[in-house]
Parts: sequence; C-alpha cells; structure tokens
Amino acid sequence: MAKNNQKNMTIAARSSASIDSQTPISFTFDGRKYQGCKGDTLASALLANNVHLTGRSFKYHRPRGIMGAGAEEPNALVGVGTDGRIEPNLKATQVELYDGLVAISQNRFPSLKLDVGEINSVLSRFFPAGFYYKTFMWPASFWMMYEHIIRHAAGLGKAGDDHKDPDRYEKRHAHFDIVIIGGGLSGLMAGLQAAKSGQRVLIAEDQPQWGGWLRACEDIIIDGMSGQAWAEQAVSRLQEMENVTLLSRTTCFGYGDHNFLTLAERVSDHLAEKPAHLPRQRLWKVRARQVILATGAIERPLVFAGNDLPGVMLASAAQTYLCQYGVLVGTRGILMTNNDAAWHNAFALHRAGCRIKVIVDTRQNPSPALIKQATDLGILTRIGSGIIAAHGRLHVARVEIAPLSEAGDALTGEPEHFDCDLVMMSGGMNPVVHLHSQARGKLKWDERSHCFRPSTTHEAEQSVGSCNGSFDAAIGAKEAIAAARKAIKANSGEAAEITLPEITATKIKWTPMPIWQIPTGQPAGQGGKAFVDFQNDVTANDIQLAVREGYHSVEHVKRYTTTGMATDQGKTSNINALAILARERASDIPSVGTTTFRMPYTPTSIGMIAGRDIGGLFDPVRTTPMDKWHRAAGAKFEHVGQWMRAWYYPKDGENIQEAVIREVEAARQYAGLLDASTLGKIDIRGRDAAEFLNRIYTNSWLKLGVSKCRYGLMCKEDGMVMDDGVTTRLAEDHFHMTTTTGGAAGVLDWLEEWLQTEWPDLQVYLTSVTEQWAVATLSGPAAREILKAAGTDIDLGDDNFSFMSMREGHISGLPARIYRISFTGELSYEINVPARYGMALWTSLMRAGKNFGITPYGTEAMHVLRAEKGFIIVGQETDGTVTPYDLGMGWIVYDKKPDFIGKRALARQSMGLGDRKQLVGLRTKDPKQIIPEGAHAVLDPNQPPPVDMLGHVTSSYFSPNLGHSIAMALLRGGHARKGETVYFPMLDGKPPIEATITDTNFYDPKGERLNGQH
Amino acid sequence: MLEIKCPYCGPRDEEEFSCGGEAHIARPLSENSLSDKEFADYLFYRDNPRGVFLERWRHAAGCRRWFNVARDTLTHHILEIYPMGAKPVSKAGRAAYNANWRRDSQAEIAAQPASQKTNKTSSAKR
Ligand SMILES: [Zn+2]
Repeated sequence: MAKNNQKNMTIAARSSASIDSQTPISFTFDGRKYQGCKGDTLASALLANNVHLTGRSFKYHRPRGIMGAGAEEPNALVGVGTDGRIEPNLKATQVELYDGLVAISQNRFPSLKLDVGEINSVLSRFFPAGFYYKTFMWPASFWMMYEHIIRHAAGLGKAGDDHKDPDRYEKRHAHFDIVIIGGGLSGLMAGLQAAKSGQRVLIAEDQPQWGGWLRACEDIIIDGMSGQAWAEQAVSRLQEMENVTLLSRTTCFGYGDHNFLTLAERVSDHLAEKPAHLPRQRLWKVRARQVILATGAIERPLVFAGNDLPGVMLASAAQTYLCQYGVLVGTRGILMTNNDAAWHNAFALHRAGCRIKVIVDTRQNPSPALIKQATDLGILTRIGSGIIAAHGRLHVARVEIAPLSEAGDALTGEPEHFDCDLVMMSGGMNPVVHLHSQARGKLKWDERSHCFRPSTTHEAEQSVGSCNGSFDAAIGAKEAIAAARKAIKANSGEAAEITLPEITATKIKWTPMPIWQIPTGQPAGQGGKAFVDFQNDVTANDIQLAVREGYHSVEHVKRYTTTGMATDQGKTSNINALAILARERASDIPSVGTTTFRMPYTPTSIGMIAGRDIGGLFDPVRTTPMDKWHRAAGAKFEHVGQWMRAWYYPKDGENIQEAVIREVEAARQYAGLLDASTLGKIDIRGRDAAEFLNRIYTNSWLKLGVSKCRYGLMCKEDGMVMDDGVTTRLAEDHFHMTTTTGGAAGVLDWLEEWLQTEWPDLQVYLTSVTEQWAVATLSGPAAREILKAAGTDIDLGDDNFSFMSMREGHISGLPARIYRISFTGELSYEINVPARYGMALWTSLMRAGKNFGITPYGTEAMHVLRAEKGFIIVGQETDGTVTPYDLGMGWIVYDKKPDFIGKRALARQSMGLGDRKQLVGLRTKDPKQIIPEGAHAVLDPNQPPPVDMLGHVTSSYFSPNLGHSIAMALLRGGHARKGETVYFPMLDGKPPIEATITDTNFYDPKGERLNGQH
Repeated sequence: MLEIKCPYCGPRDEEEFSCGGEAHIARPLSENSLSDKEFADYLFYRDNPRGVFLERWRHAAGCRRWFNVARDTLTHHILEIYPMGAKPVSKAGRAAYNANWRRDSQAEIAAQPASQKTNKTSSAKR
C-alpha cells in the first residue's frame, strides 16, 4: 500500500526546475511501458515509477538498484536501443530519457525478479577473491568444465547483433587558451573570469544542464538567486561571448602530456529523432595552454552488510533525485552517516514527505544543533551507532542498528530493528581527482576531510572547488577566480575585474569520521556481504582474504580481487578498498597509496574513437593508371602495402595455378605485359648525386655513363640488405632510382635522413615520382617486335639500345622513357610514360602485341619468372638479417671504395663465419612436389627432437618452363653444401620432402635470352 | 600526446612526427680503423636515460625535415629544439651532451678526420 501511495504522489507532484512535467515521455524497460518527463534520466524516470531493481550483480547475481545519480553509478547498467543500435553497459543515471527509449536490464536470466544465477549467491564460497586466478591454477580439465558456466555468468551487456555500427561519429581538433572541465559553480566562476579577460575558453560539462551540485542544492543563495537561477544566468552571459565555447553533455575522459585533452560530446544520443546531419557523438582532441579542473566530488558509500540492496542509496543521490528531478526515492528512510552534510540531505527528504525514521551517526559527538534540528522534525537519532546489517529480498525492508565503540571497530550493545524502504548512506566525499592524476599530478591525503586531494601538478593545470577538496561553495568560487587569474597571467593576458558573488549557504563542517567498515559483531566472512566494489562484487572480506593470502601492494590487491576494475573504475569503491587494505596491513592510507588513474574517466564508445576512419577511409587504397583495364579483364588483385596490384588474370574459369602457368609460359615463349607502375621511383638531382649514390649503394656509381642503368643493393649501417632496384643516370647530375613497391616510402626517408643528418654538405635533392610515372614492363622474345608494331621513334637495335640502358622517345605517340632492364631474364623493356598516359600506353601495347601472343601477367607470374632466374625479392629472400654475401651477391659489394653504408659492418669478424644462413636453390627429388614456403630444413629427418634446423624456404614455385618445382632457401653454411640432400619435415604425418641443394639460377644460367635469342 | 614545435612549421601533434632515436652519434670515418667492439659503440649501443635525452625527430607527415630535441624522458617536457648539426644551448641540454659517455668513445674520435684528431675529447667538452 505504502509503495502505491508513494508512486501516485511522486508522479503527480513532480516539480523541479530541471524537469518539464508538462511534457510526458514514454519509454520501456524490460518490455514494460513507463512514463517519465522531459529532463529525466532513465534512472530518475525509473525511480519516479518506483522501479528500484535495475540489474543483477556481476558475480553473485544479487539484485541491485540505483545507488548514485551520475558517473559514479556502479549498479544500474542497462542496454539502450534496439536492433543494431543496442549499446550495452550504460549507466541509467547518465542516459537521458527520450520518447520511445527502449532499455533492458543486464546480467539476468530469465528475468530481473527471478534470476537463476542468484544460485551463485548461495554458492558464494566458491567465488572468493582471486577466483579466476585460482581457477586457472586448477588442472586444465577443471577449467574446461567451468569455462562455459563462468563465461556465461560473467558477461555484462551484449552489443547489437549485426556487428556493424550504423551511426556516424566525428572528430574535431581544437586549441584554447583556457580549458575548464566542469560547469558547476567553480567551473562557471573560472569561466566568467577567463572569458571576460578575453581568453579563448572552452567549458565542458558532463551533464545536459549546467550548474552541477547547484541544481540539487536547495539552500544556496548566490547574489540573491537560487543556485540554479545563478547558473543559468552565468551560462547565458557566457553564451553571448564569441571567445567562449560551451559544451554540455561532454565528458573529458582523458588528460595526457602537454595539456592534451580528449572529450566525448554526446551530440544526438538524447534525441528521439536523430537528425541526419548530426553525428551520434563527437570526439574533441583539445590542446590547452592552461587547464582548470572543476570536476566536483563523489560521495563515498559506507561498507556494511547488505549495503548493496536496492533502496540503499548515496545520501547526495537521494537529494539530487528530490531537488533536481522531483522524485522522492522512499517513504520511510534511515540515514547512516559519518559526517554533517548528509544530515541536511535527510532533512530535505523528510520535509518533502519521506519520513526519515532514524539518523544513525557513527560519530560519538555530532553537532548538537543537528541533533536538535532532527528532534524538532521528529526524527530519531542514534549517535555513535551504525547499521550493522540491511535486510530484504528485492528491496531493503529492515535494518539492524547497534551502538559502536568510539573507534567504530566493535559493537557495544544489542541491535535494534527498524523497518524502512530507503537507506541513505554517506561516508564522506571523494574529490574527483581522476583527470589531475591522469595528467600525472600528485595527491595528498587530507587528514581532516579524509580524502585524497590534488597536491603538486605536472601539467599547466589547477584544480578548484570540490575536486580540490574545497567543498564550501564560497571558498570554491574564490579559488576558481584565483585560478583563472593565474592561468590568464601565465598566458600573458590581463585579468579583467570581476566581483565575487555573494554566496549564502548552510555552513557545514567537512570533518567526516574515518570509518571504513561497519562491524557486524560476527567473525570475518559471516554476518552478510558488505560490498566495497558493487560492480565487480568485491566484498570487504575479499580484501581481507587477499591480504591473508599475501597480497599487500595496492596494485596486487586490485588485480587479485578485481576491485576498481569494473567499468566504473572504482569511483565509489577505491578509497574504501584501500582504507580496508591499510587497516588489514596495520598501515595508513597514504602509505598504501592509490592505484594509477587511467583514461578513460568513463567508458567511451570505440565508434567515436574511430570516427570517420573506417571502411574505405581507414587506409588509402592506391591504384595504378591501368587499374580499370585490369578490372575489366577480370584480374584478381593482391594488396602490396597500400597498392592494389593485379595478381593474375584467370581466363575461362582457370584457377590460380592454371592462370599463372599460362602467363609464365607466354612471357617466355611470346611476350608478357606487367603493370609495374607501383615500383618506387625517386628523382635524384644535384652536383653530388653520383657521390651520394656511391655511398648509399654497395657497388660503384661514379663512372656510370649517362643513359646507363645499374642494379644496386642498399644495406643498413649494420650491413644487412634493406632494398634493391635499378637506378639510371639521366644526366651528369640527374638520376632516376627505382625501389621495391613496399620499400618506396622507407627508402626515400632513409635517403633524406642521410642527406639531412650526416652529409648536409652534399648537394642532392630528392623527389618522389612514384605516382608521376606509369610503367608497363614488356618482356619476352617478341618484345622488340611489339614495340616496333606499337610505333616508336627509338632505334631498338642492340647497337643503339643495349641491355641496361635507357632511351627517351615516343611510343604510340606518347612521350616515354624506356629502360631496357629485365626482372624475368627475357628481352625486356620497362616503358615509363607520364601517369596520365598509362592507360593509353597499356591498351596500345595490348593492341600492337595481339598478333604476337602478348599476355598480361600479374604479380604471381612475376614471382615465378624471377625465381626461375634466382632473382631475390627483398623482404622475401631477406628479413633484415641477410647480407649481400649471404645472398651470394658478393659481386655487388665494391669494398675498394672508401665508404658506403654498411661497409664497416660487413667487415666485422662475425660476418665472415661460415655458419651464416646463405641463399641456395633447391631441387626436390620428386619434381612435382612443391615445398611450402617457410618449411624448415633438417639434415636427418629421423633425429629425435629437439631437431637441428638448418634454415627455411623463402620462395617456392612450380616452374612450368623447367617442368619441375624450384625453391630458394636460407640454409646455415648453405654455399658450401651444394649437392647435399636436405629434408623438410611436414605436418600431419606426411613424409618429409627430400631435396638437393643447388645454385639459385635455375633457368638460362648463361643469360642468353636477355637479347631475345633462343 | 606530445606537442612538438617543428622549427620549420610550428607546433604540431606528436602523431605528425617520427622519433629517430639518440642524437649526436658521430659516424666514424672509414679512414680511421676501429675494433669491432669500438665500432659497436656507434652501431649498436643507445642510451635510455631517466631525465634529459637528446634525440632526433623528423616531421614525417609535414615538411620531412630532421631536427634535434632535448626531452626529459621522465616528465616529457621538451627543453629545447635545435637544428641538425648544432649542439644544445640550454644548460640541461649542454650538461646532457657533455656528460654522455660517447664523448670519450673511440667511435666518436674516429668521426674526425685523422689529421684533426688531436685533443678531440676535451674540445667537445668545452
Ligand atoms: Zn615541419
């Protein structure tokens, strides 16, 4: 009956400045329809409908209700939305109500009121501290058995089903002179001072409305106005100023080096109809010259048996629901407190119609004025007492109150029983020091207020008001103005005159009693669960157990018990936890210290962090000028770095093997055409260009003639191969370098680094021209005839245009540089035209080659063709531990020149040792067998493990031109092993593959085909 | 995320830069012969101090220029930014430069032409 009365009253009589009771809003919770008002949070609307039970706890599945009114809420986690838009684990206290909102409770099966997981509560001796760690130490078979149950039971909410976030998110970068986090009294005061002084100011407020505690505080008068009216006036003044950015619904969740702040703006989460032009959320990346933190404080719960029952609530939250949302959260209340402030919360509720039956104060001598005020209101007081247990099934119904010793650590009398439907609790205030700590500011323990306060700062940052431990409004306002002035001065600005508002409010002494756990009068582990961390279901007893088991460091206890590791990051639990830890260690709180505060302050959606950088915008895709032709020809593509390269061109349902065999044979018998536009190209100019190349490459470059090409290998300073390619001298002081496709950017950086940092005296200028040139490589016996057919003004005769040289002219009327170089071992021309002519060149060559059997080939065929010739691919035959000598390419190291990068390292003693891995060829005994790339070589396939391994296969293909498989491998001492037999053990019981070590040049070892003769 | 003041472009976010590791590692000239061990000081050994560190940075996603930074590895405060080839001028930067073990290494001495090698160690410290 009483509950029904209350329900009627709260709905009918809801009035507060934050609530628009004329605008009803309907929403559903667990499928049931309810009504709230515009301005409600989901939590305030549920409470207005007398719904307290909102979830089941994580481990024990205990019934849980709404405990707080903001970011600190540990219990009331809900999933909001429908279909693909379900966002789990939102705090009901932070979800703004909109018409049609659909919310579901979490962690319960089948329903909140009947939950089969509650059995965990009965079996709770199996879920002690360190449960997971202990489980992992059991035999594996135990884990297999429990895993299913635990994983099912341990989950929080579930995300939307289709795994694709349908919403849009944005990012914004911004710079400000002064950034103020928190839009309560202190934040607004600091904002007014900074804004009037002409600073570029950002003020961010977590809540939809401005004013912070002012909106829940009924007795404060500022300049003759209510707190809320003053806040509204201050905000409208700030809104008029151009130098001010005001962001509500915006949480600063990260504070990093050099005053870099990250803020989450919830742009349209609160709207029933989400406008298409607005993102759901916006990530602000803000660089501030000065930061002022005005983030307020969070009330501490008290630790007593049954403190997690629905209906047990922070005293400040009860007042917030009353004053801000017009909701009375109970009809018969009990307050337990260790401080003065909460008495006023109880008085407020009592005056509003919730009968406060008893105020329980753990202190022996609270202010007589408070006791008198309570007595005058008809409220019983129990001084020097505590609630030793709260009882009820789905809601608190009864408490036991008993007198405590002066230290609060023992019972001194028999308990009394009181019926109730609300327990307000207050264990003092915790300043929200999270951002200060994230920014590496230090904390000190305040022996008077019994809380951690900011001490020294690391960044250009100040804390003001409650987050600085200054809970008194007038002091906070003064601090805010002073901090703003200091920040203005640090920015070399001029502080404008501003009058401190006249503030009157009830005087409160902020001296709570340090009591961290209310005794039960029973041995530890009995007398009911007293929760420290509500969200992770960590009890005071778990912390005691952890200490008994030898965990003393706060960081260890945190991980062992998981206290403070839930999504609320211990906002209500951390101080109680470490105080109990200090007590168990017979130490004090400052020496126990805090765990590290890390970002994010509150959970942040991954979608917002990704922003627009998803799908096609995640990473650029680079395509060549001939890309459309390849697509039209049905090519399959492969990613090479950011490039999309034609991999092979299947014809008439060919698979990859069939297509590659056809392409490879065509390139050797007729002609193949490869799109090589992705090759890295660097234009190198300047007086010292030749000297520079001579230092970069291992071979000699000074005497290379104009129009001549040379293959080069570059090493890192440690002598290991880093890239290769052909470079051509276009003029005395002008070279055209090519690099591997994947290495292009790295090589340019490498060259720049040497020029800028080691040889600034060299006059050399580098320009990346990779994308300026389209390249078609025409390779095969018919290459020359096809060029002629395409029409060229270049004399292609060997006398005029020999191997390893370049000619400029025209082909099919297109201006071109043609390089006669070969990566296939065939007569081959790399035809470079300005990128815009790439497609014209390609189609013209295809047309001209039609009668000669021209065949486009992809990267796979290119790999086979080069492997037949034993040509290496950097990154495939090399891995950063391979020298030119290891590759059998000592011929390219000209160690008589005075210097080149890697020269000294290649002369190190260890480089000469014969057991280095060296590149060799492999011929399998069975010519059809292809050794998998990466397979390891052994000398004795029957050796019991551990087996001595010689090395591994780097490239392996079937060569249609040779009619057998070919492979290259890096084998220990390989160069001296030619002719030896090695084995490659296979998985799955297959017999090892037997192979003979050979040279790497498998095809046309004399190189006769380079001239097109065969 | 650090804010680094590129000497050519102005202050930019750290994500535009890449760090090139320890600065002032002089490259031994090949005319000067070094033992493998001495050469290793140049090639492999890098400092990782707690406090002021002189390091090279490159404005990779900007002007692509290299420069030197004196950064406190403990606080991430940037004390000084100065050009390639120059030495730090701040007191702490100079102290870090002079106190570096490299100043006495054979590898650094070998970075000077053989003809100018006399008294190199003490001149660097001055
Ligand atoms: Zn720059």
